[in-house]
Amino acid sequence: MARIRRALADVPRAETPGEVPVERTYHRVHGDRSSAQTADLLAENLADYRAIVHRADTPSSPDTPSSLPALIARLLADRGATSVAVPPGLPASWLSAVPGAVRRVPDTAELTPHDLDAVSSVVTGCAVAIAETGTVVLDAGPDQGRRRITLVPDHHICVIRVTDQVVGSVPEALERLDPARPLTWISGPSATSDIELDRVEGVHGPRTLEVILTGPESAGQS
Amino acid sequence: MPAFPQAANASTRNTHLRANLRHATHTIRAKRATAVAELDDWSRLRAAGAAIKDRTLRHLDQYLEQLESAVTAAGGQIHWAADADEANRIVTELVRATGEREVVKVKSMATQEIGLNGALATAGITAYETDLAELIVQLGDDLPSHILVPAIHRNRGEIRDIFTEKMSQWGRPAPDGLTDAPADLAEAARLHLREKFLNAKVGISGANFMVAETGTLVVVESEGNGRMCLTLPETLISVVGIEKVVPTFQDLEVFLQLLPRSSTAERMNPYTSTWTGTTDADGPRAFHLVLLDNGRTDTLADTVGRQALRCIRCSACLNVCPVYERAGGHAYGSAYPGPIGAILTPQLRGTQSELDASLPYASSLCGACYEVCPVAIDIPEILVHLRERVVEGGPASVRGTRTVIKPAKGHAAERAAMRAARWALDHPRLLRTGQRLASRTRRFHPRRLPGPGRAWSDTRELPKVPEESFRDWWQRTRGGSGTGSGTEGRKDTT
Amino acid sequence: MRVALFITCVNDTLYPRTGQAVVTLLERLGVEVGFPEAQSCCGQPQFNTGYRHETEPLMRRYATAFRDYEYVVTPSGSCAAMVRDNYPRMGAKAAAEGRGQELANVAAEAVPKTYELTEFLTDVLKVTDVGAYYPHTVTYHPTCHGLRMLKLGDRPRSLLAAVKGLNLVELPGAEECCGFGGTFAVKNAAVSAAMGADKARNITATGAEAVCTLDNSCQLHIGGTLARQGSTVRPVHLAEILASTEGDVW
Repeated sequence: MARIRRALADVPRAETPGEVPVERTYHRVHGDRSSAQTADLLAENLADYRAIVHRADTPSSPDTPSSLPALIARLLADRGATSVAVPPGLPASWLSAVPGAVRRVPDTAELTPHDLDAVSSVVTGCAVAIAETGTVVLDAGPDQGRRRITLVPDHHICVIRVTDQVVGSVPEALERLDPARPLTWISGPSATSDIELDRVEGVHGPRTLEVILTGPESAGQS
Repeated sequence: MPAFPQAANASTRNTHLRANLRHATHTIRAKRATAVAELDDWSRLRAAGAAIKDRTLRHLDQYLEQLESAVTAAGGQIHWAADADEANRIVTELVRATGEREVVKVKSMATQEIGLNGALATAGITAYETDLAELIVQLGDDLPSHILVPAIHRNRGEIRDIFTEKMSQWGRPAPDGLTDAPADLAEAARLHLREKFLNAKVGISGANFMVAETGTLVVVESEGNGRMCLTLPETLISVVGIEKVVPTFQDLEVFLQLLPRSSTAERMNPYTSTWTGTTDADGPRAFHLVLLDNGRTDTLADTVGRQALRCIRCSACLNVCPVYERAGGHAYGSAYPGPIGAILTPQLRGTQSELDASLPYASSLCGACYEVCPVAIDIPEILVHLRERVVEGGPASVRGTRTVIKPAKGHAAERAAMRAARWALDHPRLLRTGQRLASRTRRFHPRRLPGPGRAWSDTRELPKVPEESFRDWWQRTRGGSGTGSGTEGRKDTT
Repeated sequence: MRVALFITCVNDTLYPRTGQAVVTLLERLGVEVGFPEAQSCCGQPQFNTGYRHETEPLMRRYATAFRDYEYVVTPSGSCAAMVRDNYPRMGAKAAAEGRGQELANVAAEAVPKTYELTEFLTDVLKVTDVGAYYPHTVTYHPTCHGLRMLKLGDRPRSLLAAVKGLNLVELPGAEECCGFGGTFAVKNAAVSAAMGADKARNITATGAEAVCTLDNSCQLHIGGTLARQGSTVRPVHLAEILASTEGDVW
């Protein structure tokens, strides 16, 4: 620390950090969109980075094929999932249409990485989603579980509540997040550009990311 | 290590390497431009990014103290490392204390800079690189040549061969009949590394940002190997340069826009992880943060060179640099290739060695790097500033002590030539005499020059000296009156 | 207005035609041009190689030589950038070394009056059509310092676009450095030559008869490489194209 102070001998002793000007004239959000347009942009940008985007109706009867429980059940069935990791606070109705034959794996401290490696899929909610970048942020809340359960299984279904969980921009997302919680920002499935700088989707994280936009305004305006 | 020109000379003759680099840099260059053009406030974000970093650097002592208390309060432990040896010693002891002999690593420039893997190996600890490109480099017993894509010098065919030959020596072998399709190669890496992740007890990482206000660390990545190493092991050790701190959590709103677009040309990279100390039952139970100086305070002491510490390691400068494209990353002889390496390495390590003294000259000063830098580091300005330190010497900070550096050896002839040229240029009459002599002997000028001039005439024709200098033409046609009219007496000189 | 030509050492010694073209062009546009003979070199080769203290006498000479003029016009993007970007830096550094404000004052005197040719034409004289005629196919290489330090933008292109008879063809990878870089060409000869060879190949591929730049120091490298490659493309300075008319084709 003394070394650092010596290196900064040119900085007047009385100067405070706040006296070094930082002009925050950049936009809080890019463009002017209705909440429905924001949800559309989110869907578009998620899909652009190879997430698979679905829309579900709520609240309606769980019997309609387009309802959230029916959609989740269908996605797991299409995947051939035999087991699904379940965060402790996941709304019970979400998995209500999934057959009992699909093993529920609760997110507990005893669950080892090897146990998780044998789990087919995981279903979670999220903390916030960013339209401009096509990003879902998890903060390990009750409907999301610990970080590992969305990482080791190869198939992640993430439910976003439109409109209250969707923001336009990175600055708007940070305002809503608690830095004390472990955060995971997810923009599409894992990817690499390490081979000849050509993008390849699917490396260590889940190779399939399915996102469900649900809520009154999720039907899309475009 | 040879000086840059010798190493670069070898690279320019390697047509295979040239083709790999050209393809990769030109691909990403165009994509970056598109990603940046999407934001109409890019220049404002860039200015804010530079200003936040400047604020941090001018008050680095305060911010580091704030960071230390925030990380400690959140359950992490801070260790200070003055140099590479100390950092390596600290990390080795921390790993030993866990009783483990193997660690998994997230790609980290800082650990590359200090040679951590070698130090761990000496202590009998195996470090597994888990980033796809770092894996390619490690399996190929090679060195990284790019900040973002360390194996940029390898093409898909070479990567397939490395995987096929070497994977079995490190763990799970490559699948039989592995093709060179990038998706197949990525899949082979997934299978090979998965067993390492699932069994790992100790993870080692760097960090892209550290938030002083909250004690939060941030790792920005694409593959998910970062998430694996940051969440599955019981112990996490992060080695981070002291300049990586930012004041507030809100400041991330600038850098999380600047970095992905500048580096991978994406709106957002696939995964960003943030953690603040330790979290009960989620992720590592022990977190150690090793704060690395290793020449950074020496860099900080230089009011011109200081701006190099704004760098967020996006690698945009490498991807637009015509010199990097032809010389390749290895020629720069450090973890930091390209334009940023040319200004960072001679500051972190000093300009004493022949290699480090040659780095500030590894540029034509074209300025393409400055134009794309997301935190507006004036790289050409620092290059010239460091050239001055090499040939004229001057004040500098070396390992925390302010000294006056002597001019580097081997520049005596150049210095004499520069002085003579300056003297002639400062005496226009003398200049005229020289010009006339050159004109009168123009028929006898050789096509190839001897000595240092050979470097020119080996690949380029020499210009023909005209019959008459401009100065003489002016004098002849205008009579030295200072002004005149018409351009009579124009002599053809082509 | 009192306008001086700053010819630059490279043009004075090796490319007098470019200077003659500037004089021809400006006089045709009604500007009276002076040539103070005390001028020599802006000091860029010394400065860019690290010899800042060797550069200082040349900086003072520059300011003194042009003292009596309102405008200094130079047919070189890199020399104009040297004066405008680096003289103030040299002044600030001298002050930081405890040598007072003298050099900073020298910079303050020299900087505002210094214009690169295309800036002077478009910003001061406010012309883009200078009445030139040049019946050739030309490709344009924007030299780095003009492009990135002076931010000349589309000034050179708009001047070229207004030239009668001229067919402008796009240069692939136009904004990439040609590899000259002053002493870089000798200190890092292999990389410099590789950059030059790529640039020359791109130029030849356009099928143009001539390649136009704003800097004869870059032309020295580009032209020398083209000639060695056996290319027939002629290097030509923008000033020579603009000076050319139907009655007097350069």
